[in-house]
Amino acid sequence: MLTQQIINGLMLGAIYMLVAVAFTLAIGVLNFLNFSIPGLFMLGGVATFGFLKMGWPFLLAAAGALFIAALVSLLVERLAYRRMKEGDADVPLVSSLGFLVLLENLVLIRYGSDQQAFPALFPDMNLRVGGLVIGIVQLVSMAISLGLVAWLSWFLRTTNAGRRIRTVAENRETAMLMGINIERLVPQLFVCSALLAALAGLLFAINYQQVTPFMGEGIGFKAVAAMIIGGMGSIWGAVIGGLLIGLAEVLSVSFIGADVVNITVYGLLLVILILRPQGLLGRPPAREKL
Amino acid sequence: MSGYLTGVLVVLAFNVMAAYAVYLPMAAGQLNLGIAGFMAVGAYAAAYLTNEMMWPMWMAIPIGSAAAGLVGILIGIPVLRTHGIYLALATFALGQVIAAIFLNLEVVGGAAGYPVTEFASPYVVFAAAIGVTLFMVLLSRTRYALYLTAVKSDPTVADLMGISVRGIQVSAFALGAAVAGFGGAFYAHHYNFIEAQHFSVLLSVYTVLYVLFGGTQTVWGPLVGAAFFTLVPELLRASEQWRYALFAMFIIVFMALRPQGLITASLFRIFRRRPKAAAGTEAQGKGASA
Repeated sequence: MLTQQIINGLMLGAIYMLVAVAFTLAIGVLNFLNFSIPGLFMLGGVATFGFLKMGWPFLLAAAGALFIAALVSLLVERLAYRRMKEGDADVPLVSSLGFLVLLENLVLIRYGSDQQAFPALFPDMNLRVGGLVIGIVQLVSMAISLGLVAWLSWFLRTTNAGRRIRTVAENRETAMLMGINIERLVPQLFVCSALLAALAGLLFAINYQQVTPFMGEGIGFKAVAAMIIGGMGSIWGAVIGGLLIGLAEVLSVSFIGADVVNITVYGLLLVILILRPQGLLGRPPAREKL
Repeated sequence: MSGYLTGVLVVLAFNVMAAYAVYLPMAAGQLNLGIAGFMAVGAYAAAYLTNEMMWPMWMAIPIGSAAAGLVGILIGIPVLRTHGIYLALATFALGQVIAAIFLNLEVVGGAAGYPVTEFASPYVVFAAAIGVTLFMVLLSRTRYALYLTAVKSDPTVADLMGISVRGIQVSAFALGAAVAGFGGAFYAHHYNFIEAQHFSVLLSVYTVLYVLFGGTQTVWGPLVGAAFFTLVPELLRASEQWRYALFAMFIIVFMALRPQGLITASLFRIFRRRPKAAAGTEAQGKGASA
């Protein structure tokens, strides 16, 4: 029973992990708490659902949804992030929230506020290991998430492009002086973070077979908590934070009750912020964020 | 006054109180994303006092407000060790935890909600909102407002000038919490019913949106922002479905064009006629006193 719950928690945690990595890219490199990410997460699930309903094959529908999320993210970059330099640092936060509200309401207009059943794409296969039930689909999506994050970490550490991104994260002005083309790098990062969020939404829709216009909010906010717990700007921190939050959520649902989820998850966040603001794996903040 | 108009104005009054609760800490450089939690503390504390202790409303509401302020002090002291985005997320977590605690507190109805017996008429609510606004305007004329600006602009210099930075920060945080509790207590007694789900993240986030939209440079910004956000969606009722989508689009475009908010200090300078003459009389007054 406990092992089964731990497995379920890790599966859910893998979704949080992807969204938390999307947040951590935006915050660690761009210093921008991008509240449109929950909207992009939702778009990943809902747009795939919409395309499937139009009769598109699955792979095409998924690619279409990821493409739309990337386009929207470029719009966020243009309209919200670029304005950061001029005004108050809180401004991009407000406009990115505007994007979240906009996306949710556009989807609401198109599909209504009811929960829609996402079609079961793959035959319901389960692995049974000594009384434990592990869904193959869940296992595959967890492998995809972990693989992607591991690749991203490798990419940032070893490739030239990764070094450029880390330079910008370290110090924007210096990066500019070193001849890094920030104007080109920033939109690429926005696309990257949008793809991660939308992929997480897609995996969520496949695993839990449901989509709603508001599915991004709860997951997105918990992913923010996961990112902070692990350490802002650290990819492996986001992984640990995401898995921890997934575990905490599933375990408190099954052992205490569904109503206490927010107390455990956000209580954990609050305790971490007071005791160790830089998170489990983060470095102490060298400069002011936001 | 028609019932509809009264209803809209009551919502406006609550939004104005909430906006000032966000504005006060923001004037000291703190982004409080958990204001709904403090509203819940005020609302539940005051409702408990009138319901179970048979206190009169005019005593219960200030005590509810003080309870929220006290929670603000107790939590502000550890939480204000963090700043910037860490503080914003700590308050965000705090709001979630407080709402979740009330959701599980059976003494005040738990998830079923809590009916309140005493009724505050719309005019009482208007008077409270006007009172909060006047208090904020008066406060903005005192040295305290100057200290807040100093702490926001540069804590190090403020410290060197002999201002107790920690004291100012905690007091601004707690005072904002008390104002939020004040509004929440009136909310409980006007609608005669409270439920923990009402005091959600979105309530906090929308309130921050009002303030940033109105502009944080002057004391009038929150008032204008709250009025705009309450009244304009009502005018957009013509296209029911598109209301929020249009509204969100408007926020995005507006923040891109005018990131400093609607009401700014320079706006007042344009409208103030003959600034030189005013400066002249001030100088005369100083000469006379010397």
